[in-house]
Amino acid sequence: MDELEEIKATFFMECEELLADLENGLGAMESGSADGETINAVFRAVHSIKGGAGAFGLDPLVRFAHVFETLLDDVRSHKVEVTAELVRELLRAADILADHVQAAKSDGVADEARSADMAAVLESLSADGQSAAAVAHPAATPVVFAPIPSATADNMGGEFKPMTVSLMSFDEPAPVAASEPWTVTFRPKTELYRNANDPLLLLRELERLGPISVVIDEASLPLLQDLEPEAAYLAFTVTLDAPVQQTAILEVFEFVDGDCDVDVSGGVAAPVFDLAALLAAADAAPPIAEQGAAPAFAPMPVANIAPPPPPVVETAPPPVPEFSGALAASIKTPSPQQQQAKGNSAPEAQATIRVDPERIDRLIDLVGELVINQAMLAQRVIESGLASSSSVALGLDELEQLTRQIQDGVMAIRAQSVKSVFQRMPRLVREVANMTGKQVRLVTEGEATEVDKTVIERLGEPITHMLRNAIDHGLETPDERRAAGKPIEGTVRLVALHRGGRIVIEVSDDGRGINRKRVFSIAVEKELIAPDAVLTDEEIDNLIFLPGFSTASTVSDISGRGVGMDVVRRSVQALGGRISISSKPGEGSTFTLSLPLTLAVLDGMVVDVAGQTLVIPLTAIVESLRPKPEEVKGLGPQGAVLSVRDTFVPLVDIANALGFRAEKRLPSEGVVLLIEVEDGGRAALVADAIQGQRQVVIKSLESNYRQVEGIAAATILGDGRVALIVDVDALVAMRKRDTNRSPEPTLIAAE
Amino acid sequence: MSRTILTVDDSRTMRDMLRLALVKAGFDVVEAVDGLHGLEVLGGVDPDVIITDINMPNLDGFGFIEAVRDGERHRATPILVLTTESDPEKKSRARQAGATGWIVKPFHPDKLVEAIRRVAA
Repeated sequence: MDELEEIKATFFMECEELLADLENGLGAMESGSADGETINAVFRAVHSIKGGAGAFGLDPLVRFAHVFETLLDDVRSHKVEVTAELVRELLRAADILADHVQAAKSDGVADEARSADMAAVLESLSADGQSAAAVAHPAATPVVFAPIPSATADNMGGEFKPMTVSLMSFDEPAPVAASEPWTVTFRPKTELYRNANDPLLLLRELERLGPISVVIDEASLPLLQDLEPEAAYLAFTVTLDAPVQQTAILEVFEFVDGDCDVDVSGGVAAPVFDLAALLAAADAAPPIAEQGAAPAFAPMPVANIAPPPPPVVETAPPPVPEFSGALAASIKTPSPQQQQAKGNSAPEAQATIRVDPERIDRLIDLVGELVINQAMLAQRVIESGLASSSSVALGLDELEQLTRQIQDGVMAIRAQSVKSVFQRMPRLVREVANMTGKQVRLVTEGEATEVDKTVIERLGEPITHMLRNAIDHGLETPDERRAAGKPIEGTVRLVALHRGGRIVIEVSDDGRGINRKRVFSIAVEKELIAPDAVLTDEEIDNLIFLPGFSTASTVSDISGRGVGMDVVRRSVQALGGRISISSKPGEGSTFTLSLPLTLAVLDGMVVDVAGQTLVIPLTAIVESLRPKPEEVKGLGPQGAVLSVRDTFVPLVDIANALGFRAEKRLPSEGVVLLIEVEDGGRAALVADAIQGQRQVVIKSLESNYRQVEGIAAATILGDGRVALIVDVDALVAMRKRDTNRSPEPTLIAAE
Repeated sequence: MSRTILTVDDSRTMRDMLRLALVKAGFDVVEAVDGLHGLEVLGGVDPDVIITDINMPNLDGFGFIEAVRDGERHRATPILVLTTESDPEKKSRARQAGATGWIVKPFHPDKLVEAIRRVAA
């Protein structure tokens, strides 16, 4: 059923939002800035998740949400006091709820043991749990995990249970020998009319059970001048000649129970019913399948209502006598419901539309084509020899402007705030903090910073690693912090901002900072650097990104389960991004990650190399220059360096490195692009000529052809030709690897 | 003539579920996201039946029903309450506020339609 699947997808989307609301609300409770409406919102979030989950039969999720909801209901009705400990448990429960949602989404199974433990804790914290614990129940027995009966009771509902005999028995060949017709008298009260119920409709419902005849008793109808237009005066006596059970008749009056006097007599058994008792008993009755298990679940609020009465069996004769008045009396112990606060802090409603992301992706592709097409057109115009002041050329300029604007506009549609990524982090921080036994406060800033969806999707992993690293390696243990005169709770800041056309993510901690001596000795030990290498502090800090580097002397659970920082760096670089770390001993470290705002377009320098047209990402280029012959120094059998303002920079001949040309061209004959790689490292790329600077649309080479070393992607130029976009870092790494075989200084060599 | 149902629920999932079931059964559906919005919508439409959730931001189901019953225009419109609870207390509160009947979530489409039939002329 397609529509249902669609709604299910909506449900999981909504769950994400609700879980975020939950997290935010609990965060506010944690920081003490919560008001009544916050707690209501928290309750509603869990309540809505449960409601939706019930609709899709996601039972484990419903069960857990129910226990969670019960406790939250107690919290909002002030039956349970808000304490720091409570909020901590609620946060943990929120995490497990998220696990359940995730499990349901992927048709998987959440960690039931963990869930059951948590449910037990939640129950012990709830008002009933506390009193139950006070009486006799040890709160943590697994038996307590018992929302099943109540959840199922929810599912079935009082009125729609299979026990409601009516329809079933109606279909069956007269289970009761009802040769005698039923007589139903009912006298509506004013309230019945006030609630928009209509006696006529009730009669119509009765008629559905069988042929009826109705006598109206208008005895209490006053004279017209005394008639209250909205008061009830009429009574009805209905004779129903149908082989139905009494419950079926009473069910007709379910909605108006209490708003009218009903009397049913006749049929086979003819006692006068206590309608309330019958309906209440029906409400409390567990579904047939569950009844055997039901008595075990004493601590549950719903189960508290009454000991489960025997189930109604469809084929049995009317089980009337079993519904005793005592039962009805025992029903009257519902928990007082707290009037729901009508919050005045209304969340601002945003007028948004929902669009299938595929449509936007297609639009972005099309705009990409438009940009290419416009460039081609411009090229043709130039080739045709039209003056740049001609009206055609001027019109083309305007077209170019418009194209740019359309492109920016479309990219803005796909832009998303980093909030969705940041929201996942508090949980991670809690988990890592728990595992390491450290106390951590996460502060986030710039959540509204927007970046293209393609980038958002790739942000999660590096941020996760940076945070793990900050807590695991950066922060000290509470004891160490106390000894160092710092607050016991460490602070980790996660910040997003736009800088220079890129998005920058910073993760900083107020921990011990990088132990440079140790990092250096480890790097030497692992033969990553020479023992006598002279490195700046910054260079030492960034050694942790080298492949095979790990400072943890014992591989902890946290760092052991992730990948190394080198892999993170590589994946960031593959996106055209950079990651670096800076550190102050005793004061903390800061990871800085910068990424392009989009992976769809790129500003590039178009260059000629051995007859090929290549694009170098502009972000990598520091400057371009034409070196004089004396500035180029040979080094070793093949290598060469360029002297740039008292520094030697290794020269990389692009044509050579990519295999376009075997012989080397003198750099002084071409043009040199000074580029920055990784961090601090520089290199000089040698090209034949520069064509110009241009925005190009990135086309994946991998998905259209295959991965090529040293090439990041491809694009289509104005003349219709494909140009390759150079992966600068990879190119330099290739050169480094080649030259490392011969004894040559590494990139870092200075002066 | 097809009947119009107003559904008031802050959960998109629930609104979608209701819409799916109601449209299949031949009803026209108008939606509101909370009680306050529901009252606004009622300024422009005259639904045959209103279905409302209880737990909602801004104005909850009880408040919404009371406001509808206090007004002139829709005081005689049947209102069905959506509740996950089969809690008799909740039902009696809803009825006190002026609810005509109730539907227990999760609902079966047939039961939903049946409940509407029971209250709609």
